[in-house]
Parts: sequence; C-alpha cells; structure tokens
Amino acid sequence: MPTQYYLFLSLALFCLGIMGVLMRRNAIIILMCIELMLNAVNLLLVTFSKMYNNSDAQLFVFFIMVVAAAEVSVGLSIIVLMYRKTHSIDINILNRLKN
Amino acid sequence: MLKLVWLVPFFPLLGFIIVGLGRNVLGKLSGWIASLAILASFIVSIILFNEVMHEPIELENEIGKVPEYVVTLFNFIHLDSLKIPFSFQIDALSSIFLLVITGIGFLIHIYSISYMGHDEGYGKFFAYLNLFVFSMLLLVLGGNYLIMFIGWEGVGLCSYLLIGFWYKNIEYTKAANKAFIMNRIGDLGFLVGMFLLFAKFHTLDFVSLQNIFSKEQIDYPYYSAIALCFFVGATGKSAQLPLFTWLPDAMAGPTPVSALIHAATMVTAGIYMVTRSHFIYSLLPNVQHVILIIGLLTALISATIATQQNDIKKVLAYSTVSQLGFMFMALGVGAYVAAIFHVITHAFFKALLFLGSGSVIHGVEGEQDIRKMGGLKKYMPITYITFLIGCVAIAGIPPLSGFFSKDEIMMHVFAHPSYGKVFWALGMLAALMTAYYMFRLLFITFFGDYRGTEQSKKHLHESPALMTIPLVVLAILSITGGAIGVPEALHGSHHLNAFLRSVLLYSTSAKINIHSLTHQQEYLLMGIAVFIGLLGIIIAWLGFKKYNANDNTKGITKFFEEKWYFDEAYQKVITQPLMAMSSWGEKIVEKSGIDGIVNGIGKLITFTSSKIRLLQNGLVGFYLFMMIVGMLLLFALQWWYKSFN
Repeated sequence: MPTQYYLFLSLALFCLGIMGVLMRRNAIIILMCIELMLNAVNLLLVTFSKMYNNSDAQLFVFFIMVVAAAEVSVGLSIIVLMYRKTHSIDINILNRLKN
Repeated sequence: MLKLVWLVPFFPLLGFIIVGLGRNVLGKLSGWIASLAILASFIVSIILFNEVMHEPIELENEIGKVPEYVVTLFNFIHLDSLKIPFSFQIDALSSIFLLVITGIGFLIHIYSISYMGHDEGYGKFFAYLNLFVFSMLLLVLGGNYLIMFIGWEGVGLCSYLLIGFWYKNIEYTKAANKAFIMNRIGDLGFLVGMFLLFAKFHTLDFVSLQNIFSKEQIDYPYYSAIALCFFVGATGKSAQLPLFTWLPDAMAGPTPVSALIHAATMVTAGIYMVTRSHFIYSLLPNVQHVILIIGLLTALISATIATQQNDIKKVLAYSTVSQLGFMFMALGVGAYVAAIFHVITHAFFKALLFLGSGSVIHGVEGEQDIRKMGGLKKYMPITYITFLIGCVAIAGIPPLSGFFSKDEIMMHVFAHPSYGKVFWALGMLAALMTAYYMFRLLFITFFGDYRGTEQSKKHLHESPALMTIPLVVLAILSITGGAIGVPEALHGSHHLNAFLRSVLLYSTSAKINIHSLTHQQEYLLMGIAVFIGLLGIIIAWLGFKKYNANDNTKGITKFFEEKWYFDEAYQKVITQPLMAMSSWGEKIVEKSGIDGIVNGIGKLITFTSSKIRLLQNGLVGFYLFMMIVGMLLLFALQWWYKSFN
C-alpha cells in the first residue's frame, strides 16, 4: 500500500480532531477529539518509521501513549469534578470562573 | 632625621581620629588632646627646621636623581605612564611654613579650649581643627602637585565644615556653601593646570619640573596657560579678585577658625603655591604682571571696603584680603622672599587681631557690631594692649614686624621696571587705608564710652588666661617678628632671604631690580611708608576719637559699605541667569520632556492593555480557536520565510 494513504488518513484524523475540539461544547467529546489528534500523530510517526526503516520514531509513539493516558486521567477527573459542581459538562459554563 | 617628616602631619591626623571618634566620651579632654597633637608636630617641625637650616642643600641636582630633602613614603599612583609617589619635600620654604602652621595652630588651639568651652560641638570643633592642620601640612609638605592638591582640597573641606560649624543658622550654612563653591572654581583652575603640566612633562614633581623648566626652550603660550590656571587656583584659595567675596562671609565661623584658617594659614596657600611654582612664574613676565595688577586691585578695593564696615570681624576679613593683595603684588614683581616674609608677619599680627576680636566678642556676650561697643579699654586691658600692638604692626610702624615685610614688598614694587612707581603709589594708598581702618576699629571699639545696654555693661570682663596667653605670645611675635628680615640698608642681615635662597634659585630678577636702588632711596621710601602709616592713624584719631554711632553713610562711603556691590553684581550676572536656566530646565526639559516620555509610555501601555484585555472572555472554545489560529499563523510564517530565502 502506498505511503500517502496513511498520510491522508492521518491528516483526516487530525482535522477531525481539530474540528471536534473547536465545534463541540461537550468536554468529554473534546477530550476524545484531543486523543484523536494524538493518535493521528502516532500514525504519522509509525508510517514514517516504516518508510525510513528506522525504529526511533516508534519510541516516541510509546511516549505519546503514556502521556496521553496520563492526560486523559487528569482531564477526566477535572470533568468529573466540574460535573459535581455544575451538573453539566458544557465547557462554556467554565467562563463562570472569570469572576 | 628628615625621614621622620611624616610625623608632622601624622600627629594631627591621630588627634583627629582620637578626638573625632571619642568626642562624646572625652568631654573637655578633647581640646587638650587636640592641642597636644599640634604641639607634638610643632616640636618635630622645630627639629626639622634646625636640620634644614644647618644642612646646606645642593643647589644643582641631576635629572632623575631624587634629592635628599624629598622623602618618599610610598608609591601613591603607579601605572605605566603615570607614576606619582607620595612624597614630602622638606626644604627651607616648607619648613618655615611648618613652623608657622603648627606654632600658630597650637596657640589657637589653646585659645579655643577656653573660647569654645561652652559650645555643644566642642569635640567636633577640635576634630575639625586637627583635620585642618593635617590637610594644611599635607599641602605644604607635598613633593608634587598632586599631594599638594590633596591638602588643598582638604583645607577647603575643613574650611567649609568650620564656617558652617553652627549649622543651625541658615545664613552660616549659606556662607559655608559660598566659600566652598568659590573655592571649587579656583580648584578647577588648579586641576586644569595640573593636567596641562602632566600632558607635556609627564611628571608633577617639583624637583623634576624645576629641572625641566630651567633647561627646556620656553613655550610661552603653553607655559602662560599653565601659570594662569594655577593662578586661578590661587585666587580662589587666597581670596583675590574676582573670587574674594567668600572670605568676608567666612567670618560666620567661630573666631579661632577665622584666625587660623581665614587669616594665618589656609588663605596663604595660594601664595605658597605660587612661590613653589616660582620656576614657572619667573619665566613669564606677562603672567607676573597679571598677578601684580590683580594683587593691587584686591588690596585697594578691599581696603576701601574695610574702612566702612561695622562688624569687627568683617573689618579684619577685608583687611586680610587686602594684605593678601600685598603678598600677590610681591609675587607679581618676583619678590618671593618678601611675600613669604609678609605671610609670616601677617600670620602673627592677623592671628593676634582675630583672637583679640574673639576676646572682645567673648567679653560683650557675642556682640560683633562695633557701634554697640566702645570704651572697652578699661574693662579688657590685656586685650586692648595686644590689639593695639596688632594694629601698630599692621599699620607698618617700625620697629614692629609689619613695617619690615610691607616695606620690603613696597620697595620691590617701586624698583619694578615697568610702571613700578605707579603701582607703588597706589599700594601706598592701600597702606594708608590699612592704617586708617585698623585704627578706626581700635578707636571705636576701645575708646569713648560704652554704647551697649546697661545689662551687658555689668557683664564686661577680661577673658580668662587661656585666651590672653596666646594673645600675649602673638603680640610678642608681632613686635619681634620683623627681626628675621631686617634689610641691609638698616645694617641688618636678611636671615629669611639667606635661608630661602636655596629654594628660590630662579627668582633673581627681583634681586637685580632692588639692587638698582641706592640706600638713600631706600631710606626715603621707608620714611614715606612710616609717614603714611602715621597719617592713617592721625586721620582715624581725628575722625573717631569721639565716635557717634548714628552717622548715616551715603555717597561713595555707602558704595564702600555695600562692598562695591560685588555680591549683588555676582547675583545678577551669574546666579540669577543660572537660576533662570535651571528653572527652565526643570519646567520644560524635566517636566514636559523627560517626565512626558516616561509617563507617556506608561499611559500608552495602560490604554492598549485595557483594549486587548477584552479578548480574554473566558470562553474555552474561543481560546482553543485562537490557539489554532496562532499555530496556523506560525506555519504560514515559516512557509513564507522559507520561500523568501
């Protein structure tokens, strides 16, 4: 399979992630979209790793996975706390912090 | 023995440190410690003087060889091109000054113990006084211009501190400021002179410079610039025209200070410096002429002012300025020995007169206006007699000391080839006024009836022994001091001349001039001088034997009383334009210029930030959007940058 298919898939996933982050108001979905973007990057890394026959990039993939896991745990706990306070997970409610 | 010369300034420095640090603990002791310090350095000075007198100093010395009478303590500045040792030059000239400074300084210290006895700043006063003596000794002993300059600045500082000693009085503080600023103008001249000297000759050593000057081709414009710069320094320190106005105001300080600093020692620093630099001045007749004219004008103008003053210390102050003018006249005709002679005798009788006036002020409870005195002869006999001796000495009546020194100066001026006789006649006029104003002061103060209040009349008393003993000693010196310079015409031998000859090798022009006078001429000149002195006394006697304090001055006398309006003129010509300029600077440059820029930047930032602040609206979606826009912009920027290259 030609490499550019992977690249286009990765690009599509990344753009989907961005669109999701920008357009949705549900905090969980935004978190998921961020994960999507990270995984798009992972895919890209793996693709190039295969293409250049160099396994260095795959190391980064593992790093990103670990970081993503940590990030999700923190993000989810914030959302849980937010839900307890406001009974909502709409991010626009967060501008109440302003005052 | 000459190696021990550092002891001379060391004792006053030690005294300054002890008294200065322990002034709150020592109490009355501090005065005695300070006096002892001066006495110690006086004794060392006598030993050194003996040494110098009995040891013939080699007149010629090779370049690069340091003669024996220059004692180097350590290297003060040591750089590649700049090498200035901390050295003392102990020759005939400096050893004489050492004696005068420490001797009279000691007497005045003793006097001050009593005079300042009730002052709350007693310890501080003696600390300053010792610091002054230290600086003055440094000035006199310095083996090069830089060391001299350190002392030069030191005495200026002490003068400032002591004039403003009673700093709670704003007028006194102003007087101190005035003295300091006027001196600063002179100091600038000194500094520039030093720079010019160093730029050309790469040394500031008196001995090396003397060698260089005696051998090199004369570069008139350059040398004249150096000489004039140093002379500006001398006019500042020695209160000559046009920088003399600080000295009368300096009388704000305690009277012993006036006696020590503003009559006997510090103000003669300019004369000392010119004499030290005689190897420059002797080459430059034009500069000498400038000095002669400035000296004469100062002598005349301040003498006229002195005739109309009513403050006992102001009269003496203007008299000092006038006498300094005489000394500069002597320097102007190259009669360095005569100038030094007059410095010495003047130190005796002017210190005596100032201390006498201090005794009078002490007796009448701080009153300084002679119109409120009178008849003090009865109450203060010792002060009266010593004051009378001082007046006779300064008036130039033989055989008191003032006659010999002033006569020698006037004779040299008379013998000067260009317009010497005109200068002599005008100088005689100043001498006439000298006798007149001194005896006017004497008659108003000590004769007639007491014009003060009844209450203060009961309080009139002779001063204590600590004050009168210095008076008596100085009176004796004033009488006999002339003995060191009796001219040949009177079958004397001029000891001072013989002693100083080793130092003033190049000042031969004056000697040639004076040898052109016959003894008959000399007798005639002396006779005229004595007659002039007596005439002044007689005029004063006729005018003031029955003094009426209510006379109003007007016309020319008013002009003299107001000091020729020098202060007012300086105020108008220098101070006020300066003030106007600085207030313009404050209002325009400072307020709207610099402050405008600084405050403008602040205002601009507050304004823009108040607008940009609105972007932070708290909507997370908006922030994310902005983040992505930013990222895209960065990409675009990078892409644009790449395509650009």
